[in-house]
Amino acid sequence: MSLKYALYTGCTARESTPELLKSTMAVAEKLGIELVLLDEASCCGASHLQDFDDFLSLVLNARNICYAEKLELPMITICNTCQLNTALTKKRLDENPELKERVNEKLGEVGLEYRGTVSVRHFLYALIEDYGLENIKKKVTRPLSTINIAPFYGCHNIRPSELHHHFNRTKESPYMPTSLDDLIEALEGNSVDYEHKNRCCGFHVDLQAPKTANRLSGNALVDAIDNNADVMVTPCPLCHLNLDVKQHAAAKEVGREINLPVLHLPQLIGLALGCTPEELGLNHNVTDVTLV
Amino acid sequence: MEKTKVTLNVFRFNAETDYLPHYDTIEMEVSKDEVVLDVLNRIKWEHDGSFTYRRSCRHGICGSCAIKVNGRSTLACKERMVDMIELFGNELTFDPVSRSRAIKDMVVDKSDFWKKHDSVIPYLKADIDEHPESENIVPPQEAEKLEEADYCIQCGCCYYACPVVNEANEDYFGPAALVKAYRFTSDSRDSAKKERLQIVDKLSVGVWDCVKCFECTQACPKELDPMSKITKLHNQLFEEGVAENNVASRHAVGFKKSIEKHGLLDEGMLVAYSEGCAVFKHVPEALAMWKKGKIVMPWDMPKSKNLDEIKKLIKISSTAKF
Ligand code: SF4
Ligand code: SF4
Ligand code: FES
Repeated sequence: MSLKYALYTGCTARESTPELLKSTMAVAEKLGIELVLLDEASCCGASHLQDFDDFLSLVLNARNICYAEKLELPMITICNTCQLNTALTKKRLDENPELKERVNEKLGEVGLEYRGTVSVRHFLYALIEDYGLENIKKKVTRPLSTINIAPFYGCHNIRPSELHHHFNRTKESPYMPTSLDDLIEALEGNSVDYEHKNRCCGFHVDLQAPKTANRLSGNALVDAIDNNADVMVTPCPLCHLNLDVKQHAAAKEVGREINLPVLHLPQLIGLALGCTPEELGLNHNVTDVTLV
Repeated sequence: MEKTKVTLNVFRFNAETDYLPHYDTIEMEVSKDEVVLDVLNRIKWEHDGSFTYRRSCRHGICGSCAIKVNGRSTLACKERMVDMIELFGNELTFDPVSRSRAIKDMVVDKSDFWKKHDSVIPYLKADIDEHPESENIVPPQEAEKLEEADYCIQCGCCYYACPVVNEANEDYFGPAALVKAYRFTSDSRDSAKKERLQIVDKLSVGVWDCVKCFECTQACPKELDPMSKITKLHNQLFEEGVAENNVASRHAVGFKKSIEKHGLLDEGMLVAYSEGCAVFKHVPEALAMWKKGKIVMPWDMPKSKNLDEIKKLIKISSTAKF
């Protein structure tokens, strides 16, 4: 099997979560997946730029997709919010020729054209749909069988489900998602069932409403701990910032002691595939990862 | 007709007499054409006449029959039982839309919902000619701008699914009231647009407190996509020059500034620009991040390739001002 993708890293993986990019590359290498970095891409606007200037946000996201189209490679993302904004842009342009033309008028000025020829999926779904859980299972050298792992799905990979079902072959239920649980089981870990696994971490109001953000993150962390989680895993670096970097603040807000390591999705996979802690950048996680 | 067996766990509570709620377990067979409301009726008619719930139109219009099925906001007269079984299996739990607001069984106290609805001036403000010579016609392209926000039936499915309202900040207006605000701010006949926008611009109650989780969009039985109306309200705040210069608005604008400079987001600069002098409160966190190699120094800030392209696109595609 030879799989090749254009990787849209997003900003976070190049700045505050370097461990995400590192571990993504390490896992791809172990699985023999080729990733071409889209170095030309810009920020997706993180669902905030569109609040200020919707059209500009469309143009910039369309430009990012153009570079994957140039390579004629399916595009993958490693951030739920990048996935949301890229997919929303793609769907709106693909369904509205008039809007597409208006966007292309601008892109034409810099010699680009959005055509709508490549798919856009989060790495999680590309792995499940193209590589296959069975094949991942075969590559496991260090089964995670002693670890209780709480999957934290992150809003923008599962809601609105209509959008995600449009791009993913996996028809994830927004009420009872299973993809991460299935992946955890494929790595021979024990997936933890808890109510907050499909809830919001509050990241998008970190600055203007920190109490809300800390409360939501705290509730999720506590729920996972109360259901015997040893570690949490998330496919979204923005969730990760709230759940890991801001764990202390979240604990304070909900009045509980919390000390739960939070892994990025590829960090977890990498552990099971036998990558070293250095390769996975575990030293960058703020809550120490002590289970290895 | 083909029937499916289900086990129902039904929330029972009477605020006047009970200290704690309990669940009744009821088994029954449901057929393909039954909606959730039919089952609520059967619980009352076949099992316990004291079982209480709201319903009126049975046509998805009055908005009174919302409950939660396995935690999912559900308009009882719209959703078929077979679809609930497909989503959640044969064991289903019926709860009121909000357990903490329960009065009796499925009936909840919606007073906070209505109070917020009332906060956004939920009616048209316009100088009406009391003796018009002809009808007051709204052309279709004007009506389309409402994006069906006027179809909202105030069922509360979105409101009781919103994590901000229900877990974090009970002052937040929530999606339904914001849809109502948009229904009028997008109406060309209305003269209170700015006034209404000023109300939704307020921190802690208005649009800036939405966490963008899409729970409301997922929940709305009329498919009104409340979250996208909230985005449009943000846009209107800037279009009308109503957005106050504060941490939230600067956060949205800061993205453009950063992309213009680096293509990528300069996380540190965004926080500093958004917070202004209050940036000092992030120092402990920044320190913890720095220790773990999570802070990129300004001189190491990565930039997108072909940055000139991005700069040019921003110059020619910008549509908003702050
Ligand atoms: S998107 Fe905003 S309004 Fe809708 S449920 Fe989430 S926080 Fe509430
Ligand atoms: S927006 Fe939709 S879910 Fe919310 S109250 Fe109106 S109809 Fe109900
Ligand atoms: S009974 Fe009126 S909306 Fe369901």
